[in-house]
Amino acid sequence: MTATLSASVATKARGSLGGLLGGGFTGFVLRRVLGALVTLFVLSVVIYAVFYVAPGDVAQITCGPRCSPAQVQQVSDQLRLDDPLYTRYLDFLRGIVVGHDYSTGTGVLHCDAPCLGLSYQTDQQVTELILNKVPVTGSLALGAMVLWLILGVGTGVLSAWRRGRATERILTGVTLAGTATPVFVIGLILMILVCGQLQWLPFPQYVPFTDDPQQWAWNLLLPWVSLALIEAAKYARLTRASMLETLAEDHVRTFRAYGVKERSIVGRHALRGALAPVIALSANDFGSMFGGALLTETLFGLPGLGRELVHAVRVVDLPVVVGMVMVTGFFVVLANAVADVLYAVADRRVVLS
Amino acid sequence: MSEALLASETPGTGAATAPAPASGARQFWRRLRTQRAALVAAAVVALLVLVALAAPLLTALEGQDPTSYHPGLVDSARGGVPVGSFGGMSADHWLGVEPQTGRDLFARLVHGARVSLGVAVVATVLQVAIGVAVGLASGLGGRWLDQTLSRATDVMVALPLMVLALALLAVVPSGFPRPVLVALVIGFVGWGGIAKVVRAKTISLKSLDHVAAARLSGWGGVRIARRELLPALAAPVITYAALLVPTNITVEAALSFLGVGVKPPTASWGQMLTSADVWYQAAPQYLLLPAAALFVTVLALTVLGDGVRTALDPRAASRLRIGTGRKREGAA
Repeated sequence: MTATLSASVATKARGSLGGLLGGGFTGFVLRRVLGALVTLFVLSVVIYAVFYVAPGDVAQITCGPRCSPAQVQQVSDQLRLDDPLYTRYLDFLRGIVVGHDYSTGTGVLHCDAPCLGLSYQTDQQVTELILNKVPVTGSLALGAMVLWLILGVGTGVLSAWRRGRATERILTGVTLAGTATPVFVIGLILMILVCGQLQWLPFPQYVPFTDDPQQWAWNLLLPWVSLALIEAAKYARLTRASMLETLAEDHVRTFRAYGVKERSIVGRHALRGALAPVIALSANDFGSMFGGALLTETLFGLPGLGRELVHAVRVVDLPVVVGMVMVTGFFVVLANAVADVLYAVADRRVVLS
Repeated sequence: MSEALLASETPGTGAATAPAPASGARQFWRRLRTQRAALVAAAVVALLVLVALAAPLLTALEGQDPTSYHPGLVDSARGGVPVGSFGGMSADHWLGVEPQTGRDLFARLVHGARVSLGVAVVATVLQVAIGVAVGLASGLGGRWLDQTLSRATDVMVALPLMVLALALLAVVPSGFPRPVLVALVIGFVGWGGIAKVVRAKTISLKSLDHVAAARLSGWGGVRIARRELLPALAAPVITYAALLVPTNITVEAALSFLGVGVKPPTASWGQMLTSADVWYQAAPQYLLLPAAALFVTVLALTVLGDGVRTALDPRAASRLRIGTGRKREGAA
């Protein structure tokens, strides 16, 4: 799905800007960046519109059910809900570029340059709030990602290599079961077994890497494994499917006719062809992580972006919610663009096609 | 006439072949029947649907209901652990009772099936409706309409479904019945993929003779879409929708697990798991039953979805199989 997303963005940019940016690699990169910028702009408009033209009464929801009409009006003034939507949106954009000063009853609250607003609950800057949580989610995401790429791609390659044999059938069954298991179910069961019954590991508690690297890894081991198991299943299926597709192509048949060894066909040629969708999916998943690994963080009580978002939704802290959704979308689009360019560096045929 | 044309035209257009509607349904069943795994999955799904539909009947048979508290059946001195062995299993409470509240587990489990399947089906119908409408309008409309809708679709695809659904649940009015709300939110955010598929297919269909002929005879966009395009779009849309159902079930369970989806007293599998880890020693079935129910449901629906894809698009399926079995290699 992501592959088509980036591909279609690229196609569209080429259609409208065709000769303007020229061909070749530079042109490809420029078109891709421009496409990403347009998507980002639309993204911010759509998100802003959806959340602030929501069917509910935003001021009432933000304030809570027990607010008096006067208090609701105060919230409405502070969020400037009576202003037309486009002025508020432009204001929001200005905040991102140059920062923002919010006047409260008693003084002025300053919000620094990439300003996404202030938390309605704590008056903390949303940008700061998000930045504080990045190390936690980053630790979780990076470790898990290394695991699931090794496990997932490895399994996929193995089952494509051993196609038609018992190994493939078993692996296909296991990965299918993996895709059918929600991460909070496998995590819950693992936590009960490993931390509760067997007491091999402590119940996870986030320890910053800078404090104690060993404790950091020890505590994150279970969340990494839980997240990686589920994601690996997805990657294994994808790798297997696209490898089988590559293996059916004419050039592979030619390799076979020339007597190239099966191991080399699978391990070198088919794998290279199958890597594009895997890279695209990794980029997308990496970007998505900025929305937090919602379920894993909540289950294991890790204070990352995901748990922050869940908390913000529960207490209806709209600026935090909107800010987090925007940042997530931003990183997904960014990661997709970077993946496309990187892939074009690795395989110049992408530029031509 | 258009149907006959369609059947003869589509082979050149892409991966998904639209079977001619006259024999299509029969062919579909024939191809589905040959897949053993898909058949077993279909049986499991049918059973689950039956359980969901008959939930009130089943609980009446047991003599319980999903929302009544039974404080006498939990030991409040020990924090609400169910009284008796195996989490309070008895002739009255077939699968035991929920810790703390003493609500009947069997009743909550079968009523949870209603929520799970109901929410997923409504959400999928909504996703398909929006996705097909946006995709068709995008593919048939002028440049500006196409650009605008495509960008909106890109945004929907770029944002993780869970994040957006979760965030939206913060701003929707709370007066609505919760399951309906969750279904609407999932349906509203998950249509991007289908819109992309439909747009691409529409654009490739647009250049075909019978569609061009319809245009030249002055047919409007809506009529062309309904008479000439929708029959050809059915196969890819059904394939996609079949795989959306298990995804939607997982999303509902996840949202309810996070405490923002379906809320008690309404029973939902995801919500039942929220506090299950605290009780695993005293009442392991409180954790294992909803987890198993979720697993079996999603697995069955995924296998069925794969089967539907193979039945609707045998060429893609066989493409993946070419050269796979050693025996077939010679033939390929």
